[in-house]
Amino acid sequence: MIELYAGVAINGLMIGAVYALVATGLNLIFGVMRVVNFAHGEIVVGGMYIGYGAWALLGLPTSVSVALAAIVMFGFGYCFQRLIGNQFANRPQHAQFVLYISLALIITGGLAMAFGPDPRSIQSAASFSVYKIGSLRVDATRLQAALSAAGVILALWLWLRFSLTGKALQAASQNIIGGRAIGIRIDHVFAIATGIGFACAGIAGALIAPLYDTTPYLSADFTLIAFIIVIVGGLASLPGAMLGGLIIGLVEGLAAILFDPSAKSLLSYGLLIAILLFRPMGLLGKRRAL
Amino acid sequence: MSGSTTTRRQVALGSIFLLILLLLPLVVDGYYQTMLTTIFITALVGIAWNLMMGFAGQLSLGHALYFGIGAYVVALMAERYGLSPWLGFPVGFLVTSGLGLVVGFLGFRFGVKGVYFALLTIAFAEFARLLFEHWDYVGKTGGLFLGSVKPDNRSLITLRGSATFYYYAVLATTLFAWLWCGYLVRSRLGYFWRAVRDDEDAARALGVRAFRVNLLAAGISAGITGIAGGWFALMNGNLFPESVLGMRVSIDFIIAPIVGGLGTLCGPILGALIVVPLNEIAKEAGQALGLNGLNILLYGTLLFIVIVAAPDGCWPWLANRLALAGRSSSKPDGP
Repeated sequence: MIELYAGVAINGLMIGAVYALVATGLNLIFGVMRVVNFAHGEIVVGGMYIGYGAWALLGLPTSVSVALAAIVMFGFGYCFQRLIGNQFANRPQHAQFVLYISLALIITGGLAMAFGPDPRSIQSAASFSVYKIGSLRVDATRLQAALSAAGVILALWLWLRFSLTGKALQAASQNIIGGRAIGIRIDHVFAIATGIGFACAGIAGALIAPLYDTTPYLSADFTLIAFIIVIVGGLASLPGAMLGGLIIGLVEGLAAILFDPSAKSLLSYGLLIAILLFRPMGLLGKRRAL
Repeated sequence: MSGSTTTRRQVALGSIFLLILLLLPLVVDGYYQTMLTTIFITALVGIAWNLMMGFAGQLSLGHALYFGIGAYVVALMAERYGLSPWLGFPVGFLVTSGLGLVVGFLGFRFGVKGVYFALLTIAFAEFARLLFEHWDYVGKTGGLFLGSVKPDNRSLITLRGSATFYYYAVLATTLFAWLWCGYLVRSRLGYFWRAVRDDEDAARALGVRAFRVNLLAAGISAGITGIAGGWFALMNGNLFPESVLGMRVSIDFIIAPIVGGLGTLCGPILGALIVVPLNEIAKEAGQALGLNGLNILLYGTLLFIVIVAAPDGCWPWLANRLALAGRSSSKPDGP
């Protein structure tokens, strides 16, 4: 019995690490531009299709498709922000909301046209391999995805902290006018932030492509999960996204065996409402944005 | 003064518009009548949502909660207890406006604002959807069907009838709600709403009770949305948690008032007249060409064009064109 719960907990934590990467992307975009990316789940699904396409058409392994997803989504995010997003930087919230919703619809529609509504899954021998630790069996693909996601998040933290561009991003998130005054190209920095945010979502998508049946309509769930995580962890807090991702992964995993698999999100939303009411800045959030 | 001429023009054009709507069922068939009724329902929810967002400045992204609960209350009372919708509608209004007050109370009391408030409303709506999907009494994901109440010729008693009946019934409801909102935003309360929206601290300093004023907006908005949900339930005859409480429902309802023009009285109506047919055309085109997803792509693209080309919505532009640009309808900030 204990093994069952331990197995479920570990599975939850592993998927939680990938969720954390998705949420980190959302958080970075919000942290720098104060914009909620309602198309985030669509980018994740885009990454999943890149993973699927790379495997189905070219037979590429996950490691290559992850790099591909990162590059494609970074480029997409950078161009989107440069061409359109920056014009909306000072618009009211509802206008930004409609912009991102329309982007989400365009992506979902495009993917549905390109791949059809049928689920696509990657079937390879690797997807059945497991690691055995004592009496625990850990799914290899899942573990690799979790470790890669954690690695990307760690790399991103280090980059934000130590590289010049990373510092510029942080400066822009704290004070745009001050940033401009000391010569930061805000347009460029915003585009970089969006690019990295999209790349995080794309990488996460490519990582979980072997675990899910990919359909264009998965996107809303991913967007909502990312929202829950960033609120629980704290909007604009990167460690918060990590913590939130792990918590939500764990909660969903345990709720699925304790109650009902389809009711797992109910608990997440309950947690979200409680957090919003009693600690709206999130577990690790510091200041109140907006 | 040109003000009175403008007012006269507004009344004249409004009457012509209403007259066209009243006569339209004589020339169009059931299919178009149902589509027009959908437009009215979208406009009705848009008017309600706009009251909260456009005038009181609270971004709610979870209006599906009130729409869905309103729909389920009317449907359950009719189906499970055989009670007339004449009773269902008042109960639905009370329940949904009560819910609106609760969500508003929790949000405003705990100081949840801006993005956080928007996400709180999404959370409540999604929570309700998931709850309904696992609740036997409301039929779970299998849905709820209005089988016992057959459409008959005593429409005014049972409130179930033909497409034409729903057309006039929802038109009347929408007109009533529009007039009520028009009255409200011109009233003392309406000025308080805008004062709180534009600068809450300043409004408070002048003695406006921001908390209570905001709460009223949330309650009234939710109640009207619940009524719209009730009509949707009666007209459709079936309800699924996803189709009335889902995230997509909230989004669809919000788009019309934004496209039409936020914080204007006519914006939600114009928005519904634009958005619903666009959605329908995109759907038809997708089916005709047999391309899955084309409808979503077209809809998204059109929205994108509107929000980039007309960021304040279409009504301010149209109002100028029709020389209705009096003090009251041209500026998004006016009553």
